[in-house]
Amino acid sequence: MAHSFFGGVHPKGYKELSCQMPITPIYPKTVTICMSQHIGAPCKPLVSIGDRVTVGQKIGDGQGLCAPVHASVSGEVVRIGPRPAPTGTYVESIVIASDGKYTLCPDLQKRESIQGLSPEELISIIREAGITGMGGAGFPTSVKLSSGLGKVDTVLINGAECEPYITSDDRLMQEAPERILRGISVIKTILQPKRTVIGVENNKPQAIAALRQALQGEAELLPLRVRYPQGAEKQLIQAVTGRQVPPGGLPAAVGCAVFNVATCAAICDAVFEGLPLVRRAVTVTGKAIAKPCNLLAPIGTSFEDLVEAAGGFASQPYKIFVGGPMMGIAQHTLEASTIKGNNALTCYSEADRPASVLPYCIRCGKCVEACPMQLMPLFLHKAQVLRDLEALEAEHVMDCIECGSCAYGCPARIPLVQSFRTGKKLLRDAKAKEGKK
Amino acid sequence: MKYKDLKLTLSSSPHAHSGCTTGVIMRDVCLALTPALIAAVWFFGPRALSVTVVSVIACVFFEWGYRTLMKKDSSISDWSAVVTGILIAFVCPVNLPYWTLIIADFFAIVVVKQLFGGIGLNIVNPALAARAFLFSWPSLMSGNWNKPGVSLPMTGAVDAVTAATPMEALAVGQLPSESLLELFFGRVGGSFGEISALALLLGLVYLLVTHVITLRIPLSYLGTVAVLAFIFPQGGNAPWEWALYQLLSGGLLLGAIFMATDYTTSPVTKNGQIAYGIGCGVLTILLRYFGSYVEGVSFAILIMNCCIGFFDKLGRPKRFGARKGGGKK
Repeated sequence: MAHSFFGGVHPKGYKELSCQMPITPIYPKTVTICMSQHIGAPCKPLVSIGDRVTVGQKIGDGQGLCAPVHASVSGEVVRIGPRPAPTGTYVESIVIASDGKYTLCPDLQKRESIQGLSPEELISIIREAGITGMGGAGFPTSVKLSSGLGKVDTVLINGAECEPYITSDDRLMQEAPERILRGISVIKTILQPKRTVIGVENNKPQAIAALRQALQGEAELLPLRVRYPQGAEKQLIQAVTGRQVPPGGLPAAVGCAVFNVATCAAICDAVFEGLPLVRRAVTVTGKAIAKPCNLLAPIGTSFEDLVEAAGGFASQPYKIFVGGPMMGIAQHTLEASTIKGNNALTCYSEADRPASVLPYCIRCGKCVEACPMQLMPLFLHKAQVLRDLEALEAEHVMDCIECGSCAYGCPARIPLVQSFRTGKKLLRDAKAKEGKK
Repeated sequence: MKYKDLKLTLSSSPHAHSGCTTGVIMRDVCLALTPALIAAVWFFGPRALSVTVVSVIACVFFEWGYRTLMKKDSSISDWSAVVTGILIAFVCPVNLPYWTLIIADFFAIVVVKQLFGGIGLNIVNPALAARAFLFSWPSLMSGNWNKPGVSLPMTGAVDAVTAATPMEALAVGQLPSESLLELFFGRVGGSFGEISALALLLGLVYLLVTHVITLRIPLSYLGTVAVLAFIFPQGGNAPWEWALYQLLSGGLLLGAIFMATDYTTSPVTKNGQIAYGIGCGVLTILLRYFGSYVEGVSFAILIMNCCIGFFDKLGRPKRFGARKGGGKK
């Protein structure tokens, strides 16, 4: 089945709030750079309080599944310690007071071309630039690339941006298609795929037109139908190639590797400009925001600065989350700062507050129909409520990608995703206990 | 910090919802039933309306009363008791005494629905169970069917002119005296919500457009009945004529569109729903051909209601990414 995946829903887009706003740079006075930007090992700080740093200077690194972090402004390190992170917890961070000059690190090295560089050398450049997946989960890109060496025949570039509200990738594709394509050329040099496909949901005609002009045969451009979660890794692979990533497996298991368009642009900056991942486009939007917009924000910009740059609040916010409404993480404070995977800050106003409904399942089956992973959410939920570990395993709770399609359409508004996160934890804890015995 | 005193709500994703809640769905079902009610009032007079209203009020009252007595959250705002009230009225003769109707409402709401835990937890369709329960008074349920076109007042004498129903003719292998067109518009005797095929089909269109149901159950159900009636016509009648009369007579359309599709008592998967519809169709024909009652729709659906656990397993979707021949990789 080409161009299609199982299930899915059609949430209202709200992209018109910010899709006409060009990506505009902002210059915060301080940045707070989180040492734990993604799953895997956290970085250890390489600088001390009082040190002067420049843009692109490595300030944290670690062993194992880890990408280094860099100073995103030039200035002075004023604080090292736990700060609020977008995940809702306090995480070791480095606070830098900007001198406003954005002096570049003298060690950064520009390249005219990548001829003569081996795949391993390119991967090492990408690792040193601290590049992680910029679409969501934030998996270190160098690890993805090296684990895909020799196994990948299809490279997929993800420009689906299927989450409502978010327009940062849309703007990037319109404004800098050539950077994305130069990044793709680097990925192609490393992985040597037979096929390279850029997938963009067809509600972004300007992005599609801009990419088409810049293509020059570097990749196939595939407009995708608008359906959430079109941009989820496994669903994009299924829609484009018809292949299904096996349970618990990685895309490389079916010969695929998926990279977000913003990640491609970051690879271009790292390889050709020598610039590590120190800034990214962030959509600041929602009904509570006075002037929804797309900002080019240094990594570590506080959410407060983002809201200020977007004209402040137009009305009292009811809920604020990083990312889009389907998978975003709700925030309890605006003190937290952006990390590499933050593509948006969405602020709901009181008008978005839902009416309460009694959470009684009526067996309508809408969740079963919506699940892109072929799960049966109503039975999974029952198993979790009953703390039935056997049933949780039999219903494959670990297969859930937490896309939220089931809960989106649930007439009883049962918090299904929350239930499955609990279920996953129950199962993981039980397995860990078993392992100890 | 400029924004220190924000009162922010925290919750797990997703933070968006389709807006389609249980109450919205049930209201849509009520709207879809309206054409059938209009047809009933047209053919049987104001009593069809008063019977429906009494049944709805009684159902909502029992739902509210039970949950208040048991100190549970009030669930009347989900409109499910309203739907049950309309459906119970629809499957009764228009001349049924009000007291009998109210007993049936009590049975449906309290015994069949609330004693099992309330909405979503009942095993069988409350309205159909109530109809089965009403056969404790066989003379009231199938003794004298009012003739369509004779308007009945809300109170007073209601059994003046009676007529045979199409199902009674079909049960002995004869074609009814009504034309197919009369059946289609509803100028026939019978339970007053089931008479007009046109009105019920309008309701079906509305339910499809609003995505309350899909065609899977109605189509597989009606299709099975049509095919079986076509292959096995009775009394030497022409197969196509026999099949059309089987489709348009009795409670089949009401059952296939509004009863068999009841969420709680039907399977949740695509394939399960299709298999379930076929099962309903087979049982309906068997009960109509060989049962002692002339109509088989309500008992066919009630029996199938008890089997949904099997159909949920039968229709289970294949695990995403599972290799051929095995669950795990």
